[in-house]
Amino acid sequence: MRWLRASASWLGERFELEDSLMAVLRHPVPRELERPVGWWYVLGSATLAIFVLQVVTGVGLAMTYVPAPNSAYDSLQFISHDATLGAVVRGMHYFGAGAMVVLVLAHMTQVYLFGAFKFPREANWLTGSLLLLATLAMAFTGQLLRWDQDAFWAVVVAAEQAARAPIVGEWLTRLIVAGNNVGGATLTRFYATHVFLIPAAIFGLIGMHLYLVVKRGISEPPVPGLPVDRPSYRRRYADMLRRGIPFWPDSAWRDAVAATVVVIAVLLLAAIVGAPDLSKPADPTNVVADPRPDWYFLGYFAILALIPPATEALVIVGLPLFAFTFLFLVPLLWPDGERHWSRRPAAIAAVALPFIAYASLTVAGFESPWVPKLQGGTLPASVTQGLGDSQRRGADLFVSKVCFACHAIEGAGGHRGPDLSHVASRMSRDQITARIATGGGGMPAFAGSLTPAELEDLTAFLQVRR
Amino acid sequence: MDSAGARGGHALNEISRRRFLSRVTVGLSALIGGIVGLPILGYLLAPLFRTPSDELVPVGAIADFPIGETKLVSIRDPSPLAWAGQTADTALWVRRRAAEGPSMFQIFNVNCTHLGCPVNWQAAAKLFLCPCHGGVYYSDGSVAGGPPPRPLFEREWQVSGDRLLVRQQPLPTVKQG
Repeated sequence: MRWLRASASWLGERFELEDSLMAVLRHPVPRELERPVGWWYVLGSATLAIFVLQVVTGVGLAMTYVPAPNSAYDSLQFISHDATLGAVVRGMHYFGAGAMVVLVLAHMTQVYLFGAFKFPREANWLTGSLLLLATLAMAFTGQLLRWDQDAFWAVVVAAEQAARAPIVGEWLTRLIVAGNNVGGATLTRFYATHVFLIPAAIFGLIGMHLYLVVKRGISEPPVPGLPVDRPSYRRRYADMLRRGIPFWPDSAWRDAVAATVVVIAVLLLAAIVGAPDLSKPADPTNVVADPRPDWYFLGYFAILALIPPATEALVIVGLPLFAFTFLFLVPLLWPDGERHWSRRPAAIAAVALPFIAYASLTVAGFESPWVPKLQGGTLPASVTQGLGDSQRRGADLFVSKVCFACHAIEGAGGHRGPDLSHVASRMSRDQITARIATGGGGMPAFAGSLTPAELEDLTAFLQVRR
Repeated sequence: MDSAGARGGHALNEISRRRFLSRVTVGLSALIGGIVGLPILGYLLAPLFRTPSDELVPVGAIADFPIGETKLVSIRDPSPLAWAGQTADTALWVRRRAAEGPSMFQIFNVNCTHLGCPVNWQAAAKLFLCPCHGGVYYSDGSVAGGPPPRPLFEREWQVSGDRLLVRQQPLPTVKQG
């Protein structure tokens, strides 16, 4: 123990840590952070802890993963099923990615509601916004590296979406796929972007972000009725720091506790739940795919099914553009004034409304009622029991002509179209026949794929449903 | 710095000398950036300027496509990267309409015109269904329902002897047709 302390003090002296690292760590922070309100200030360092975890597990994965279309899938299956602790490392990287997205957003929400982005900390917010962008870019590029069916088609979807951008769209697409089609050159680009390019940017941005945090000082907890006044703020803050406490260790212990909790949570999720299994290997000739993004992007995926098609180009390009422009303008438009959330009702709405909207969209994305249900097409026995010949044939047609893909009866079937459990109570025989034959209201016309006799049988079956 | 000499007649020289040295340093740094950056930039942006191949590639024997049926086929990129694996293949839906003539075939890209997900052919219902956002197309590729803004993209085809050929096409499909 004494030997350890002696080595530490030798290292500290020879490497001048007292003047550099310790001096920075001991920078004064407002005394209020000693109180329970200090727990609100741990989200940034918890994010940093998960970022380090992502770097470490990512390096581990890169030791085995082969970023080539003909091997990527197999190497990831090897990591997931054969490599010692491979499943845990991949699981940590997977849940770490989700934790990054959640923690960055939580951190930004706290900073926004505490008004900590205001003068003189505008640049902290701007670098933080860039870090959010980088985090989302990491999440997206990472999903594609799985190189299974879903990942492959997700690149195709991304490329097609990029093509919607005005003027530069087609260029952007060709830049993303690095050629004519998603192929040999695409995966290596995504890999290099995920492993070198964006992380390099993140390291630089974290450096700036932390420098500014120390240089500008940690913001004091807001007090209602005490607005930020630009000419006097710095002097007031300097006075506050004279009565302050050193960050290390008076405040840092809370960060350490929070970081430990999130890291353990990620480890437990990885070990107990595990990263989701890969779907089939990426194959452009296999059209059975379900290119659904990971849960944090599901809301965006859902909105593309729910809006009128005419507004689509606007939403695909415009909505993210608007969101991020707003994000960058926040500290420039509201650099002073009240900080406390209780005096900023509009700020509360600006957090709550998008959160509620995105949460509902995410739920909708999980349920995806707009997707035709192609598997498991059998009608329950209670529906087919006691049917006459024509009605029975109609019930079979209901399944074989994939009516069930969009219409449910007694809980079986899709939810794209109306539930037909009691259709005969609201539509006459002629109305049912006409609707099947000519379609309408989003439904295809089936006149071309049903014989008149089949149409009669199908109508006879649906007539029973009242 | 603030010596008596610097405050005297040398001051102006000193300032212009410093300004000159700053400019030389910044200039050299920019030069290094250019020397390293330009080749890399060209290397990375090259795909933008490569003319996409639009050769005709074989799809299969005409006899393999019964009249009135729609089949999934795959064509192979004639010059794929050695490590492309399965991604050198592209899937297409081929619909045989007639025994011969200009309306003999319709060849569709599998990509939904909404966002590019692969559509599935439901032979019994004679519909293409998209798994992503529920786009539906009739057998001739026209929109039957859902968000797609336009019919499935068709490809140019040719009959050569007893073989069916189709033209290669780059992404994005949404900007074509």
